[in-house]
Amino acid sequence: MEFTTSTAFAAEMRCQIIKMLTASGSGHPGGSLSATDIIAHLYHTEMHVDPAEPQMADRDRFVLCKGHAAPALYAALALRGFFPADDLLDLRKYGSKLQGHPDMKKVPGVDMSTGSLGQGLSAACGMALAGKLNASERYVYAVCGDGEMEEGQVWEAAMFAAHYKLDKLIAFLDMNGLQIDGPTEQVMNVAPLDAKWEAFGWHVQVIDGHDHAAIAAAIAAAKAVEGQPSMIICKTVKGKGVSFMENQVGWHGVAPKPEQAEQALAEIAKEASK
Amino acid sequence: MSEVKKIATREAYGKALAELAATNPNVVVLDADLAKSTKTADFAKVAPDRFFDCGIAEQNMTGVAAGLAAAGKIPFASSFAVFSTGRAFEQIRNSVAYPKLNVKIAATHAGISVGEDGGSHQSIEDIALMRALPNMTVIVPADAEEARQAVLAAAEYNGPVYLRLGRLATDAVFGADYKFELGKGVLVRPGSDIVIFACGMMVGEAMKAADLLAEEGISAAVANIATIKPLDTAFIAAQAAACGAALTVEEHSIIGGLGSAVAETLAETTPVPFGRVGVEDQFGQSGSPAVLLRAYGLTAENIASRAKGVIAKKK
Repeated sequence: MEFTTSTAFAAEMRCQIIKMLTASGSGHPGGSLSATDIIAHLYHTEMHVDPAEPQMADRDRFVLCKGHAAPALYAALALRGFFPADDLLDLRKYGSKLQGHPDMKKVPGVDMSTGSLGQGLSAACGMALAGKLNASERYVYAVCGDGEMEEGQVWEAAMFAAHYKLDKLIAFLDMNGLQIDGPTEQVMNVAPLDAKWEAFGWHVQVIDGHDHAAIAAAIAAAKAVEGQPSMIICKTVKGKGVSFMENQVGWHGVAPKPEQAEQALAEIAKEASK
Repeated sequence: MSEVKKIATREAYGKALAELAATNPNVVVLDADLAKSTKTADFAKVAPDRFFDCGIAEQNMTGVAAGLAAAGKIPFASSFAVFSTGRAFEQIRNSVAYPKLNVKIAATHAGISVGEDGGSHQSIEDIALMRALPNMTVIVPADAEEARQAVLAAAEYNGPVYLRLGRLATDAVFGADYKFELGKGVLVRPGSDIVIFACGMMVGEAMKAADLLAEEGISAAVANIATIKPLDTAFIAAQAAACGAALTVEEHSIIGGLGSAVAETLAETTPVPFGRVGVEDQFGQSGSPAVLLRAYGLTAENIASRAKGVIAKKK
């Protein structure tokens, strides 16, 4: 499938996310849909990858730190041509390469196995460090969650990336404001995230994480920065694109029923046709 | 047994890393503010551009190692065994072992022979932790020569490796003609009444125990089990069958380490009278290494005494 815009790519990703979660009967729609536009823009427009050669040494890399948003990554990889979109319906099934959380050993195009929150950014740092040792011009992209900021390891990685001036590391913070037990500010307040990342020595931007033009501009600005890693804080809506899922904590880790999926797909199609 | 000066396995690690700096451009070394103690400083000296101090942040260090490996490097990540395997256990599990990345966790200061730093710093459970992880290879070198070769072998092997190294300078067990083979048990002294399976610095102690037993007319074989995972089960079963009695000796808890691994093998294949010498389900404490090894029964005398107890159970 060819998509003329990353917005169209994102709309199809949202449809695939709903379809695969409905087929699997379990999984994480809320955080997949909040991260969709970021991941769509990266895989549609930004990243230098080759579906015919997923292990190509000279490539941009991607780490989905919030691994529970795997459906979004799987949808992007399928739509980018890493594997057939039909495979998406095998999500979370026995014997499927599409594990509940991304497995780099099984899925073509997955650069790091993730799922345990707080660990992905460290791996992204390692990849960026390897790139630096190789004098590579390629970038390492990472998408973290805001609830994930509660993990101490994230801040160890934050120090490391700034200390070693990993300026080919561009991270996104999918700030949807919700985590399993409730609003992040109530469960464990992580604010102010912009000031925290700045204090840790990162170049920080705050954007609307569903505005593709803003995502593109932020990446361009991040690439212009020398000697600092970049954090692009994305204000997002959990469950974005499906009215009954938006900003609902209850849709963190529950799959839609078939009739709910029908409504969701209709809403996504309607929005895409605007 | 060749008589040379005592060398700690961590010293051999540092020297082997320095060798690798010259021979393998993909080797990268990480440390968590302990480079002088773990001896990774030897690598930093000759390859400063490939050495990265991660600060006192073992979890991130482990993840950085995973990322380096995912991008084709061969990272050695070092700290004390307590922190390498304990503090960063879940990082090793999910970011290293689960994706089977080519990361070498080389931990020094394992066991109670750390000495004066006390129980908080004496790892007695690291073998158990690492052995339980699928995809993980676990190596406990007996002396400096074996440590040097094990480090080089770990760099050649593609996959996660845990290398357990010691602080204390110990006697050489092997000469320069020794050839370390990953996954192979080695009979270092033949015998017929009992076989003593040992790892790490306890191999040397087991040899002394065999000397003591010989004075009493007891013939004890001593086998070096440097690779605890994958375990050389055929070798262990054959040695136990030949002697009809077996004892394990390790500077580690008797729960989950070499003793457990051998017990599992023998119970399933070759039930013989059996015993385990090690740290008996308790933490270490401050004291000189020699005093501690005596207090915890990790001496030739105690090994010999325990061996006699096991032999007495033979029918």
